[in-house]
Amino acid sequence: MSWQSEVLIEGEAEGEVLRFDAPISFWGGVSPVTSQVTLAGHPQHGTAIAGKMLVIPQMIGSSSSSAVMLELFFTGLAPKALILGGRDAILPVGVIVARQMGWPTIPVVVFPEVPFQTAEKIFIARNGQIEKG
Amino acid sequence: MILTEHEKSILVGASGTGGDQMAMEVVAEAARMLGADRLVKIHSSHIDGCLYHGDSGALYCEKLAAQGARVKVPATTNVGALNLLKPDQCRLPATQRKMASRLMIAHGKMGCAPSWTCAPYQAGARPALGQQVAWGESNAVAFANTVLGARTNRYGDFLDIACAISARAPLYGLHKSENRHARLVLDVCELAPRLVRQDVFYPVLGALIGRIAGETVCVIDGMPQGATDDQLKALCAAAASTGAVALIHIVGVTPEAPDLDTALGGRAPESTVRITRDMVISARDTLSLTADGQIDSVALGSPHFSDAECRELLRLANGVKFKVPVYICLGRHTLAEIEDDGADKALEDLGGVLVVDTCVVVTPILPSKPGVMMTNSAKFAHYATGNTGHLPVFGTLSECVASAQAGRVVRDQTVWS
Repeated sequence: MSWQSEVLIEGEAEGEVLRFDAPISFWGGVSPVTSQVTLAGHPQHGTAIAGKMLVIPQMIGSSSSSAVMLELFFTGLAPKALILGGRDAILPVGVIVARQMGWPTIPVVVFPEVPFQTAEKIFIARNGQIEKG
Repeated sequence: MILTEHEKSILVGASGTGGDQMAMEVVAEAARMLGADRLVKIHSSHIDGCLYHGDSGALYCEKLAAQGARVKVPATTNVGALNLLKPDQCRLPATQRKMASRLMIAHGKMGCAPSWTCAPYQAGARPALGQQVAWGESNAVAFANTVLGARTNRYGDFLDIACAISARAPLYGLHKSENRHARLVLDVCELAPRLVRQDVFYPVLGALIGRIAGETVCVIDGMPQGATDDQLKALCAAAASTGAVALIHIVGVTPEAPDLDTALGGRAPESTVRITRDMVISARDTLSLTADGQIDSVALGSPHFSDAECRELLRLANGVKFKVPVYICLGRHTLAEIEDDGADKALEDLGGVLVVDTCVVVTPILPSKPGVMMTNSAKFAHYATGNTGHLPVFGTLSECVASAQAGRVVRDQTVWS
């Protein structure tokens, strides 16, 4: 099966899904040192986002999350892709800035009502097409 | 997206510096991703990106500065991670302190005014009604939109400085008139007139509004005339902490709300919430995460304390020393005012600790062993535990002073009666 997402930042990536089951702000919610979710009470608390195809149905809060996103590239603990539930510039700005620093970056796509669940394997093509399996 | 010839020429590097090109790329890319069809010229910027979150931010800003990026509009700086006047006050490890300092210096190199305050609107940065600006720091954004009637979205790290360098912002959200009308009415008419005039009512109502409104533009009906900047500052900061609130109209008080109908843009509200005393008390209680008892510190000044607030603190203390440290966070604009007549020394003699250029919830200044921190700031109360491990107890300024003098929480129930 394949699905078409909207490309915010072009790129190719393949890996295992990690889906956030509750909204999160990266600032105060994700450690740039370990890439783990640090927000107490969050369903993914303690899970590392490094190397995951990260599905974020809903973002909240702090615009300082751009800085946490950039820091994750710097520490080598970035996810492999961002699949956002809606248009947003906070995390993508961190990706663009990483690109300007000359650091390898990741695709960012928008796909509302994502059908993928944690631990499923997916592939994102440059045109935003997503395949499962 | 439509860019002007000037914007295109910067973007492709045909004019301007390499830093200008980097900044324009960030602004144009953000605009594209947000679905904006063009950019809007801005008059000023308030930069939140000078607070250290990791080495990468400092490296990026140094790259921008080295590539010749300079701000094209007046740009004030929000707090950094260090009190530059007393760098040892902050317990960051030496390597991080160095990078935090480099980040602050890079903003200076790019031409930002070194205000280092989260209350730039009390340090002379007061954009006019209807002016397009690009501000960061959630409380400053809410104050600029709400109290001054300037137009900004919530800009954050990298996009804020990129807007200042480009003198442009993506034209979307609150930059556009049609998105500034309230869709939600909060009616406080049934609350006691005495309650709605108390200083402490403002941060508590703000905390309640943030939870109810989220990011929806709302209008409060039934507030008294003559609210002070400090009261509105507390309201905006609280609402922008518990919710993504960026604009609150207050009928008869804020410039875009001469009356309810104007604030609503002539449309019927999507919903109306009648605020009850129980809701206010419940919102107040959510700001304390531990029972009244011994306290280890008092933290004041989120947003940064004003000259008037410092003087009220001195008046309330009435010369009686504090038993626990009272951290007073403020900008240099206020420090200069209280230094004029020795009020700074008077505060320190009582046991006050002046925290300049930064504040106690964004950098490690509070005692390293977590304890109980009393505050009159809903924003401090909201962020204290997550950022510092200290448990907040919320109270009025008068209660904070009496509690600091007693070393335990002292209440004045008459405020809420």
